[in-house]
Formats: sequence, C-alpha cells, structure tokens
Amino acid sequence: MADASYPDDLLYHPEHDWVRFEGDIATLGITWYAQDALGEVVFFDPPEIGAAVVAGESYTEVESVKAVSDVVAPVSGEIIEVNDELGSDPAAINDDPYGGGWMVKVRVSDASEKDALLDAATYESSLA
Amino acid sequence: MAAVSASELRRTSLFDQHVAAGAKLVPFAGWEMPVQYVGVGDEHRATRESCGIFDVSHMGEIRTSGPDAERYLQHLLSNDVTKIAVGGAQYSVLCREDGGVLDDLFTYRLGADDYLTVTNAANHEQDLAWFLAHAGGFDVTVTDAAADYAMLAVQGPLARELVQAISDGPLPERFVAGEHQLLGHTVLVCGTGYTGEDGVELLCPPDAAPAIWDDLVRRGATPVGLAARDTLRLEVCYHLYGNDLMVTRGPIEAGLGWACKEDTGSIGAEAVRAVREAGPAEKLVAFTVDSGIARQGNPVVGGGEVTSGTMSPSLGVGIGMAYVPADQSAPGTALTIDVRGRERQATVAEKPLYRK
Repeated sequence: MADASYPDDLLYHPEHDWVRFEGDIATLGITWYAQDALGEVVFFDPPEIGAAVVAGESYTEVESVKAVSDVVAPVSGEIIEVNDELGSDPAAINDDPYGGGWMVKVRVSDASEKDALLDAATYESSLA
Repeated sequence: MAAVSASELRRTSLFDQHVAAGAKLVPFAGWEMPVQYVGVGDEHRATRESCGIFDVSHMGEIRTSGPDAERYLQHLLSNDVTKIAVGGAQYSVLCREDGGVLDDLFTYRLGADDYLTVTNAANHEQDLAWFLAHAGGFDVTVTDAAADYAMLAVQGPLARELVQAISDGPLPERFVAGEHQLLGHTVLVCGTGYTGEDGVELLCPPDAAPAIWDDLVRRGATPVGLAARDTLRLEVCYHLYGNDLMVTRGPIEAGLGWACKEDTGSIGAEAVRAVREAGPAEKLVAFTVDSGIARQGNPVVGGGEVTSGTMSPSLGVGIGMAYVPADQSAPGTALTIDVRGRERQATVAEKPLYRK
C-alpha cells in the first residue's frame, strides 16, 4: 500500500473524495485516508455512463472484506467515462488512489461547486 | 450497538504483540482485538499456504468436574458426550427447550470426570449462567475458567511442523487433545481449528502466551486477525454464532443435525427431533454470487436471508451462507438476493465452498 499523500493539484471533499479538474471534465476518486480506513478493496461496482451525479451524494459503492462504503461525488454532472480496470483490479484503489484508482470522469454541470471544495492542506488538517 | 469506550474493553495477554505487529484493533464482544495486521488477503493466503497464528483468547472456557460431569454435560449438550474418550474433543450445540441455539461449543475431556468447554466470547456469561442454572441434582463443580486461559490457533499446512518444533512430544491428531510442554509451559494442545486447514489450538496460562506467540512468529507463523479468520471459516462453511446460528433457529435448520443425538434426552432434544422428523421449513445453504458481494441481513427474494457474506480471497467471488426455504436449498438452485435495493444473482453451492 502507498504511503499517505494528498497531492496539491487536487481538490477534496470532506467525505474523503478527490477531484482533478481539466476544463469542464472532472476525474473523481477516494483519498488515501478513505482507502486506508476501508482496508483492502475487493469489489468496485462501476456506475453507468450517462448517469447523473450530484455533489454531496453517493454515486457508487466500494467494498472491502468487512464493509461497504458509499462514494460521494464532490461535484455535480454527468458520468462520461468509468474506470473499467477496477472491475478486475479493485486493489488499485489501495495501491494508487490518485492514479490507477480513479473511478469516474464527469462533465461538470456547475463550475461554482468547485469553490466549496478544500485544498490539500485544508483537507489534510481536517484529518488530524 | 452501543458505543463502548476503549477503557471498558478487555485486552488479551497478547495485546503488546498485536501493537508491535501493527495491528488494527477493534472492539469485538467486549474485547479489543486485532481485526487485521498487514492485510486480509495476505493473512488469508498465509494460512492456506503456510501457517497463520491467531489470538483467540477472547473465547471463554467453562470447566466441569465431578462424579456426575458426564451425565450433566449429556443433559446440556446436543451431542453424545459419552463418546468423548479422555483426551478427546467434540463439537456440540447448546439448545433451549424449544431447540433454539444458545451457542456452539467445543468440549475437551481432560480426565475421566473433568471437561473443558470453549464458549464464544459474546455468549460466555450467558452460557455460564445456563450451566449453573442446570447444575441442580448433579454432583458437579462448574467453574468459570475464562481467566485461566489464553488461546492461540496455529493453522495451515506448516502449522504442526512449527508447533512440533517447540513441543516435548508428538502433537495430538485431529479432534484429540493433550497436555504438552511448549517452551517450558504446560499447554493443552488440541487438534482443532476454524479455518479448514490442519493445525492446532493451544490453551495456555495467559502469561505464557506472549513467549509462545513470539517464538512461533519467529519460526515463520504469520499473525492473522479476525477479518481473515472470518473469510477462512466462511470458505469452509463453519458456522459463526450471531451470524449463522441464533436462538430463533434450531440446529437442524443450520445443518448441524450431525452434532445432535436426540436419544441422549438433552435439553431441547424433543424439539430437535420434531424438526428432524418433519423436515425443516428452511435450511442454511452456501452460495456464490455471480457479481458483487451479498452481506449479512440481505433478504433472499421469495423468502430467507443472508447470515454471512464476504468476498472469498481463495475463490475470487462473493460467497456466503443464507437461510432459504427448504425447497430452494438444493445445490445449483438459483437465488436472487436483494443487496441494498439491487437484485443480485446467486447459486446454491455444495459445502464446503473451498476445498484443497
């Protein structure tokens, strides 16, 4: 498992989700803290392309051996791509939460929601 | 479940070993127990492929001795206690009059009139009260021995070799128990386990456990937490009380008829006999899920419920056990399970789910 890290180029939702913006496209995943708390992820149920996600609400679930966790969307929009690799290799969420562990790409519907997200330092200090 | 502060939780004599090994500790049945060390998958595989070591000191012990010990236990336990030879071990269930399961137990016969019964941690106090409440009219002494023992399980294809290396004599075979000197400590070595692997369980004085644990880890045993203990037992369809066994269902429904000998006249025997003769309305089955994981409490569409469910590290699919109507219990039967509002397809499978 990777060491704890919270990259500066990402924004964070308090429910332990990260988002990387490229224009109006946002890539979403869960943070190092979230995957550590969950333990080894053994199942990822990919949501459907075209589905709507709403900021602050669950858009999919990840499962470890012991528990099921909702994954919360940091921003609203429409899913345009899902990480199908996670179907066969859900452990990538543990091994590389900000890289190979990305979950979905979303076309953002309300850019102003970005303002409510946390920068890396603020998010990390909230974990203490 | 009510929140329990860390200060109210009990710790086993191996607590320092767990902390040193980097365990994630969680509250479990009133104890602060290691749920995992390096990771569930690695711990599970270590047990299947070489040797895992488990701290199960939270389990309780009740000692029964005296001239009527055999007759008394025969009255309480579902199995035929007279079949246990000195040095033998036997699995049974503890039933109420109505056949409801109070606990499932291993009983070791230490001497002609001396038995040790291992209880589940969450049930220990209640079991002890039940034992004491039914001791009237028997010349027996029933003692709470939980504080006298730490319990280690050493399981896996290399388990016997590792324990043999520190034992003063040959280890007992499967379902046999015997006292041995391990590193100079007197230990009750039992050829039992909860993983489907060969191995032993060690009952020893709590202050002897750290030295034995450290030595076996040095020899190559991998510390395994409660999470992998659960995946290991579920792959081989061993029951977990509180999941697959409960007071509202009987042993026949649970598939434990083999551990019930109604002719002994034990408490609950008539109720058990009635269910056996009429055939149970529901049965505990093992299943695999086509995709995803069904969990404890998920309803089976058309009747029944999942009582245990996880992702099988050995098989790579969701597995579990569920009570289903008896006419849905044959291996190969398709089941639909409601997993948090989403229907998932599953198939009743032969037990055990995992074989070597």
